[in-house]
Amino acid sequence: MSEAQMKVSDEIAISIENMNKWYGTFHVLRDINLDVQRGERIVICGPSGSGKSTLIRCINALEEHQQGSITVDGTLLSSDVKNIDKVRSEVGMCFQHFNLFPHLTILENCTLAPIWVRKVPKKEAEETAMHFLEKVKIPEQAEKYPGQLSGGQQQRVAIARSLCMKPRIMLFDEPTSALDPEMIKEVLDTMIELAEDGMTMLCVTHEMGFARQVANRVIFMDAGQIVEQNEPEEFFNNPQSDRTKLFLSQILGH
Amino acid sequence: MSSTTRTGTSKFSLSMLINDTRYRSTTFQVIALIGLIFAMGYLVSNLLSNLADAGLNISWRFFGETAGYDINQMPIEYNNQMSHGRASMVGAVNTLVVAFLACVSATVLGVIAGVLRLSNNWVVSKLMAIYVEAFRNVPVLIWILIIFLVMSNVLPQPREFRGDAATSSMWFDMVAFTNRGVYIPRLVLEDLGWAVFATFGLSIIGVFAFRRYARNLLFNTGRLIPTFLPSIGILILPTVLFYFALGSPIGLENPALKGFNFKGGLHLRLSLIALWFALAIYTGAFIAENVRAGIQAISHGQTEAAAALGMRPGRIMSLIILPQALRVIVPPLISQYLNITKNSSLAIAVGYMDITGTLGGITLNQTGRAIECILVLMLFYLVISLSISAIMNVYNNAMKLKER
Amino acid sequence: MSDTPNIGFVRHEPIPPSAPPIQQAGMVKWIRENLFSNWINSILTILSIYFVAKIILASTPWMWNGVWTTSSLRECREVLQGTSGACWSVLAERWNQMLFGFKYPVEAYWRPTLAFVLLLVCIAPILFQKLPRNMLIFSAIYPFLAFWLIWGGTVLTPVVVALSLIAGYLAFVKMERLTGFATGLLSGVVAVALVLYLGSFVTTAMPEFIALEPVASRDMGGFMLNLILGTVCVSLSIPLGIVLALGRQSNMPIIKGICVVFIEFIRGVPLITLLFVANVVLSYFFPPGTNLDLILRVIIMITLFSAAYIAEVIRGGLAALPRGQYEAADSLGLDYPQAMRLIILPQALKISIPGIVNVAVGLFKDTTLVSVISMFDLVGMIRGPISSSTAWTGIYWELYLFAILLFFVVCYGISQYSQWLERQLRTDHH
Repeated sequence: MSEAQMKVSDEIAISIENMNKWYGTFHVLRDINLDVQRGERIVICGPSGSGKSTLIRCINALEEHQQGSITVDGTLLSSDVKNIDKVRSEVGMCFQHFNLFPHLTILENCTLAPIWVRKVPKKEAEETAMHFLEKVKIPEQAEKYPGQLSGGQQQRVAIARSLCMKPRIMLFDEPTSALDPEMIKEVLDTMIELAEDGMTMLCVTHEMGFARQVANRVIFMDAGQIVEQNEPEEFFNNPQSDRTKLFLSQILGH
Repeated sequence: MSSTTRTGTSKFSLSMLINDTRYRSTTFQVIALIGLIFAMGYLVSNLLSNLADAGLNISWRFFGETAGYDINQMPIEYNNQMSHGRASMVGAVNTLVVAFLACVSATVLGVIAGVLRLSNNWVVSKLMAIYVEAFRNVPVLIWILIIFLVMSNVLPQPREFRGDAATSSMWFDMVAFTNRGVYIPRLVLEDLGWAVFATFGLSIIGVFAFRRYARNLLFNTGRLIPTFLPSIGILILPTVLFYFALGSPIGLENPALKGFNFKGGLHLRLSLIALWFALAIYTGAFIAENVRAGIQAISHGQTEAAAALGMRPGRIMSLIILPQALRVIVPPLISQYLNITKNSSLAIAVGYMDITGTLGGITLNQTGRAIECILVLMLFYLVISLSISAIMNVYNNAMKLKER
Repeated sequence: MSDTPNIGFVRHEPIPPSAPPIQQAGMVKWIRENLFSNWINSILTILSIYFVAKIILASTPWMWNGVWTTSSLRECREVLQGTSGACWSVLAERWNQMLFGFKYPVEAYWRPTLAFVLLLVCIAPILFQKLPRNMLIFSAIYPFLAFWLIWGGTVLTPVVVALSLIAGYLAFVKMERLTGFATGLLSGVVAVALVLYLGSFVTTAMPEFIALEPVASRDMGGFMLNLILGTVCVSLSIPLGIVLALGRQSNMPIIKGICVVFIEFIRGVPLITLLFVANVVLSYFFPPGTNLDLILRVIIMITLFSAAYIAEVIRGGLAALPRGQYEAADSLGLDYPQAMRLIILPQALKISIPGIVNVAVGLFKDTTLVSVISMFDLVGMIRGPISSSTAWTGIYWELYLFAILLFFVVCYGISQYSQWLERQLRTDHH
């Protein structure tokens, strides 16, 4: 276990209790119970359609759950708009398709939310943005437009953009699935650095090497429910459930 | 076709004209040009001999001759002793007036309908869908004729406004809807009236300056001040205050019923109103579809990313969605403006004297100068179309998203 | 779940799906969320329902109380005695004039009707790729069959024209294989002219051979005229549009210039000015003494008009094709006509079909403009003979509603097809 994997505190950052979600009559998330401690890094894996993306999108209220409770940083997620805003300013998210704003420069992409949501003065927002752009190692692209960057660069900008809001929790929805192979490493390196700085992270990904290196916990989901979870070494070497074994053989075996 | 050039050292031969890629395209173009010249020559010779047979020739003098006919809707000074050229100009102004009115109303209507079409409200969204499909699938000529006929039959005659037993009355004593047209007050400018208009112009500039100031305030200090109500205040208050301070220098000449007809004020004939409404509602349906497609073209991921950053729906729409959607919406919107201008030529179906009705209608029939009149008519529309297309190209180039 | 060192968890029994909680689903929730989610929406919903209700309440009794059997507007009013009701009798009496014009012989109505039905059969295999390709043989025969049905005359005329086209095509194929595209085209044209010339002797000698009663073009009218103008002009303008599009994107500046000037000119002027040209000016450009019928001149101008718009659509289709297609055709050794015919155009046309269908719908609506130059299409019939007849003067809603219905059915049908086709094409490419 790496040093990064040791820095976990006792404080509970996210608490999900008996959460159920339906799309119409389709039961997409079934009886989810999950506590995430501050500083913990969790990797969620599973076959497609298992509800992994839906789960993390429920955490920042991009999706609505019908039953159970989700509490983030002490704020209960309900239909109250103020609660949702509070949660969203503490939780950052990175998407599979980056979703950068193509009509704004890289710098403007990063300063938009701090200026308009946190009401940070522009100069200060730009300084923060440049700080995070340096952290993801592309400060020289600040005046370019997203269309002029490669996929790997765009995803790193997306990470920097989320970090500019100074979140306490970061969610990643398959951040490397849309990237060419040679760009995956640069994004994963950025995420590993983030982890080593102590960020609480929930990551939906197929990158098992990343899981082994950084994760405190690996969760396997199938058919909308958490089937198995364990520390990475135990999880990969000693899967308990048959479904987990099948999945691991499929993605590790080729 | 990709083309390569080779340097050859072989002797020149005639067959190379067709087979050698260096000469081939020139050969074809020369053949095409010769063919075109022959075709044009053939047509022109036919034209000249037909004209000679009919005893006609091409001459432009008729533009200076007396027109001898009245035009019902006269935005500029005209009487029947003026020249055909003047009559054509009146027609041209009429075309531009109805096109401008229809463009503005169609845009407002289309944007509202397009946005409502996307609303969560099922009733509203379906109603807008019905509006769009109903109007898009029926020829605009039919809508113009129906609106004109409905108005002529349903609106009251001027004499019904008369007397104690009047069956119809004016709105606020200022506007009268009759089956001869709509009478509205005319603005009468006294000495300092222009100053009030100047104030209004300055107010518009003031609104933009205020919004820029508010934005800079946010950027520099992080303070967000409200902008909507103050903008409205800046727009209206100075003009109103100035108006009263100068002693109300702008008067209204209200239409009044004298005898059997309304006198005074501005008379907007039914043909203008019918053409305006029909063009606005018909084109509004197309604009609504453009707006809807534009907003939907912006991928949902943009909204989600902005929401995940904590932005509220209003801000997301104004900062993220609309700027991108406008890129997609504006080019087809400008095409629709072009269509409105061209469709305004249907004015003659309801008797509105636009340029097609004057130059292409009465002037053509009276002088018999068909070729000259139609040429000038086409030239008029061509100039407008090409100008609008040029503006669109400039806009497109300026707004292009930078890619590598 | 717990923060002790052992955080392993295994679920062995899968959770079965269950139904969502009742108050979260169903009609009430849907109404609450969709119609009354906030006060703006509630106001809009109430206003819309009020507005719709008002229209329905005003128009339904009027339509329901309609009178079908009188023979003039005055009689309708007598029967209705002041209650609001539609005078549908005008439709009952004049429906055939509105559909066929007022000069088409009544006993010949079956001919255009049959031609219309066969039209649907003809275009079906073109629009729906899943139908058997053998039907395309009928589609090829249809134009000649339809011409014979609608205009009448001896069957030899369309047969001769068909034979000339077949001869031309055979000559083209033969000569192209031997000597190349240009001479092939030339021999094709020569063959067509030859057969037409010889055939004209046959048709003038035997005008009664399997003949239907001839109907002059100026006797065409009503909705049939709109349909004829629409289908003929769109069909003829597609080949012309293809040529214009290819010319516009060619590298040769003169050809490109000619095409650009033509396209921009036509797109910049309203159709009505072109119809004025057809009406008044076009005959000046033909050799002295030729006297083309008005409908033919109108067909020429509308075809030119439509060709310019279709050229723009096809240009978009050609541009959407990846450059690799052009390069692959070249590297296979195909020359320009072959590359176009076999590789580029089939793909580009397939992509362009939704755009072409949109132009076709717009053109079909624009055929109503011929009423302005005193041709009696559907709108011309309503404004002309019907409205000015003494029995029916003053009636308008019933007539225009009928016209709206006819146009709406055709145009909406075509645009629904276009949307279906776009969905098909979208799934095709992936």
